[in-house]
Amino acid sequence: MDISIPSLTIGRVREGLLSRRFSAAELAAEALRYAQAENPKTNAYLHFSPERALAAAKRVDEQLARGEVPGPLAGVPVAVKDVILTQGVRTTCGSKLLANYIPPYDATSVVLLEQAGGVIIGKTNCDEFAMGSSTENSAFGPVRNPVAPDRVPGGSSGGSAAVVAQGTAVVALGSDTGGSIRQPASFCGVVGVTPTYGRVSRYGLTAFASSLDHIGPFSRSVKDSATLLGVIAGRDPRDSTSAGAPVPDYTAGLDGNVKGLKLGLPREYLKELMSETGDLISRGVDVLQSLGCQVREITLPSTDYAIACYYIICTAEASANLARYDGVRYTFRSEASDTLSDMYRNTRGEGFGPECKRRIMLGTYVLSSGYYDAYYLKAQKVRALVARDFANAFQEVDAILAPVSPFPAFKLGEKIDDPLAMYLSDIYTITGDLAGIPCMSVPCGTTAGGLPVGMQILTRHFDETTMFRLADAFEQAQRG
Amino acid sequence: MKITEQEVRYVAGLANLKLTDAEVARFQVDLDGILEHIGKLNEIDTSNVEPMAQVLFDAEDTATLRTDVPAPPLGNQAALANAPQPGAGYFKVPIVIER
Repeated sequence: MDISIPSLTIGRVREGLLSRRFSAAELAAEALRYAQAENPKTNAYLHFSPERALAAAKRVDEQLARGEVPGPLAGVPVAVKDVILTQGVRTTCGSKLLANYIPPYDATSVVLLEQAGGVIIGKTNCDEFAMGSSTENSAFGPVRNPVAPDRVPGGSSGGSAAVVAQGTAVVALGSDTGGSIRQPASFCGVVGVTPTYGRVSRYGLTAFASSLDHIGPFSRSVKDSATLLGVIAGRDPRDSTSAGAPVPDYTAGLDGNVKGLKLGLPREYLKELMSETGDLISRGVDVLQSLGCQVREITLPSTDYAIACYYIICTAEASANLARYDGVRYTFRSEASDTLSDMYRNTRGEGFGPECKRRIMLGTYVLSSGYYDAYYLKAQKVRALVARDFANAFQEVDAILAPVSPFPAFKLGEKIDDPLAMYLSDIYTITGDLAGIPCMSVPCGTTAGGLPVGMQILTRHFDETTMFRLADAFEQAQRG
Repeated sequence: MKITEQEVRYVAGLANLKLTDAEVARFQVDLDGILEHIGKLNEIDTSNVEPMAQVLFDAEDTATLRTDVPAPPLGNQAALANAPQPGAGYFKVPIVIER
């Protein structure tokens, strides 16, 4: 059978199934074969789920045989970041601590994917517990960027970005706390979406920083991300932080009409971007202007304080969330411990990698007695100012355009020894997470060296529709 | 230095993290640099700002309480399936009371 997996889109899969050119089972088998054959080039998949994939494909074929209209993701090969629980399929969070963990239940987003006909073929590599910007913090080895194999794919959802860029999955799920979807999407030249906080249920997402964590899609086209988000978005009784706002058809507004939309360029973001990345973003802005958008400068005055604010809040919350890995319930326990307290200390000391330890230490420090007001409370106040900046900006504009990362994909090993420098590079992505607004990365060209650069589009809470409309019009114009 | 070696060891104790001497030295340097950067927050006046604990948006109220309907639990076997040392339907751990 002749199916080119890397050229598939959600639409092409659907067309192939409905015209009986291939069955979902044939497609799943070929996708698995192809992904397994290609994976050694990148290490983007940690493991595959053939049994689950073939069972899901069989259900789609049975639906088709009964003459039913299949779901929006029918037969689509999907990859899922390994921090999202899959019942019966190993979920490691990129950590030695969970190397053999088999979840007893599914994340809600996984249930919804499969209900829509999606075929989960495997779990993707990531920074340990989603902490990092390069996927080098995985206990199972780094991921290579499919575009430039000596470089990182970004992180923490580096595996999900890489499989979509490499063509070993059509779409993927990632998670974003401070840029972990948008930055790898930018580095690998794919679309990556962080929806509004609460838009997608986090039930079954391994908690990192609960006031910041999101699940969101990766794809090779804006339309596919819009379709995927439509499937996973919505209120979930199992996640009390999920939002009840109605889920619109995100693909309905992809008509190329962006005339008259008001776009803001944050002065604080662009002033320091005298680089190839900055030039590409400027050209992207010009493209949208030529499509009839009105561009003006805006100001987000609290930007300078966002990194400090973010790294207090996320580490504080992480130190609490990671307390559960104590050797009692989750597979890994240090052997050499005579007492319970030693068992806790040894298990965590042996199990966590350096970046997780660093964040647990910082988070514990800022929450420790006497420091709470100076750090955590102060950071929550600064967070309110960051959110207010966006609220003020959206009085004037419909969307904000920004870089995703100050630079394109860097070399493996280049930044791993300088944690502060790595943290500082998150400046353009963490602000959207702090405010909880929807934001995405859409490819906007490559550097002279051939490295992809993404442009970020941010909109008002729950206005994913305008974000997708702009991104789609931009994508069409780039192709045009 | 913003943080002493003693403080690093104290915090590691609070976090139940066993660190090697090399890790203690490394984290002292790393945390010092990060805390130095975080010190920036003192420049910004937040005296009239309410802390933001959760993302706030203009949308209909999110129902945070569900109706209390009994549902089947995970079950003892499934809950213990990932335990490093299950036994007699419980999680087994080393001795708790140290002498």
